[in-house]
Amino acid sequence: MANDTDLTTRPSIAVHATGVTAAGVETSPAPVMQLRDVSVYYGSYEAVRGTTMPIQQNQVTAMIGPSGCGKSTVLRALNRMNDPIPGARVSGEVSFHGQDLYARDVDPIQVRRRIGMVFQKPNPFPKSIYDNVAYGLRINGIKGRLDDHVEEALTQAALWDEVKDKLRKSALALSGGQQQRLCIARTIAVKPEVILMDEPCSALDPIATAKIEDLMFELTNDYTIVIVTHNMQQAARVSHYTAFFTAEVDEKQVRHGRLVEYSQTGKLFTNPADKRTEDYITGRFG
Amino acid sequence: MTVTNEPPAARPALTRRGGNAVGDRLFSWWTLGTGLLVLAILGLILITTVREAWPAFDAMGLRFLTERIWDPNPATGDAIFGALSFAYGTAISSLIALLFAVPVSVGIALFLTELAPRRLRGAAVTVIDLLAAVPSVVFGLWGILVVAPALVPVYQWMHDVLGGVPVLGRLFGPVGSGRNFMTAGLILAIMVTPIITSITREVFSTVPRADKDAALALGATRWEMIRGAVFPHSFGGVVGAVMLGLGRAMGETIAVALVIGGATNITANIFAPGNSMAAVIVQQFGESTGTFTAALIGLGVVLFAMTVLINVLAQVVVRRAEARMKGSVA
Repeated sequence: MANDTDLTTRPSIAVHATGVTAAGVETSPAPVMQLRDVSVYYGSYEAVRGTTMPIQQNQVTAMIGPSGCGKSTVLRALNRMNDPIPGARVSGEVSFHGQDLYARDVDPIQVRRRIGMVFQKPNPFPKSIYDNVAYGLRINGIKGRLDDHVEEALTQAALWDEVKDKLRKSALALSGGQQQRLCIARTIAVKPEVILMDEPCSALDPIATAKIEDLMFELTNDYTIVIVTHNMQQAARVSHYTAFFTAEVDEKQVRHGRLVEYSQTGKLFTNPADKRTEDYITGRFG
Repeated sequence: MTVTNEPPAARPALTRRGGNAVGDRLFSWWTLGTGLLVLAILGLILITTVREAWPAFDAMGLRFLTERIWDPNPATGDAIFGALSFAYGTAISSLIALLFAVPVSVGIALFLTELAPRRLRGAAVTVIDLLAAVPSVVFGLWGILVVAPALVPVYQWMHDVLGGVPVLGRLFGPVGSGRNFMTAGLILAIMVTPIITSITREVFSTVPRADKDAALALGATRWEMIRGAVFPHSFGGVVGAVMLGLGRAMGETIAVALVIGGATNITANIFAPGNSMAAVIVQQFGESTGTFTAALIGLGVVLFAMTVLINVLAQVVVRRAEARMKGSVA
């Protein structure tokens, strides 16, 4: 298996399961993002309550938990994608390189250019394959040598060989798995630092899923990845760190999402600190 | 335990048509009938108008389309019926209308779908729909009594400033009464704005949230999001809306008849009076007889044909543009 130096870039189940990663935590640099007591509201409804966790650089952080536990909501709070939703509001602090993303003078457009996002359902634009990748480059004012940038992004997304002869064809003619890799290519073309993935494989078959997961290993060389997934095996396979969320009913019978446990993936799956985590990962959860 | 073991005979046989089947069949006949009725009416209109117009077509031949002179009562010789001047008037006034109405309508629709606070949307939509409910004769009277006189100084100023520019200046020639192609176009623009707005608004609202999210997540501003996600998705629908508006503009009768000036005229000058096919029909039908009447009905046939032709062209344009924009699917 991999040796210790590989741990920051190439996680694998075997390594995590043996618990070798314990040393890795101490050596990992300052987190690229940090959530402190983050709550997300839709109007007066508090969808997620008091989340505190780091996002480590060049690592894959997974967010798992049952439906309605707020993991996607927290993910969207990381690049201010909740902003366009009427009534959505975030309290607490989401910092990126120490800077509060919700500070008054922060431009959400700039935030999203640094922190990209891949969605649950592949959502290529109804344009050609080339124009899908070039769109982000164009709006970011990257001029000239567009072809090179497009090729680079498609190559990084492990899609180039499949599409290089049909760049002018509609992106909608691709298979679901190819579309999702195109969406990843589109995201990495603008060179963000962090890529947020909201259940990126839930609409894909197992082979396409495996390709995306392989791709995530590769991408941690250059990017920090946060992935929301319903699939615990996927979290175990691809992530270095895992955050387990659940939904709790408070004294007024209102449901809130809560972060129950955050730790290294290997530890969370083999030796969870919280009973609720254990119940969930062993399938005893209702 | 509570399962009743009915004898098979009491249950409906699999082959029997139940009571619902009658309703289903009625429904299918009804919809088929109404669908065919539309085609039948369209066909009958075409057949009867062509037949009624035949004496004029017969007398003029192809000249009916290429002749710019329209003289039902010449001092000497035969009457001359040429549709070209009026076809030009219809085309130029509708074109001016679209030039103003399309950007305004698309702007309003974008505002309503992307920018306006939810509370404002309902009210704004109501106001715009009310605009569509104003009878066209009211627009015509407003145009002749208020708009045309008020615009004369503006036209004069434009003529003074732009009239001297080579080529382009020919568009802004000498100004007469204010009843001209331009005023007709502006009134038409106001009249077609509600229909184009309400359809483009519907089209924009069908753009998937996912497409807009994709653009925003790449760091798009609102305008970049609209250009990248909203427009490509709704191009065909917007063209359809514009075509409906164009159809309305080309067919508009009384408002145009009042403000276009009533001259048989082909000129680049948009400040010159002219006439449109629909307007000529309404102005002259009452006093016409024989071949003259046939010629007026012939104008209707030409108008009908122009509308169909433009719609077919629009479909070709949409198909080409979408293939270019979205990439070919095959």
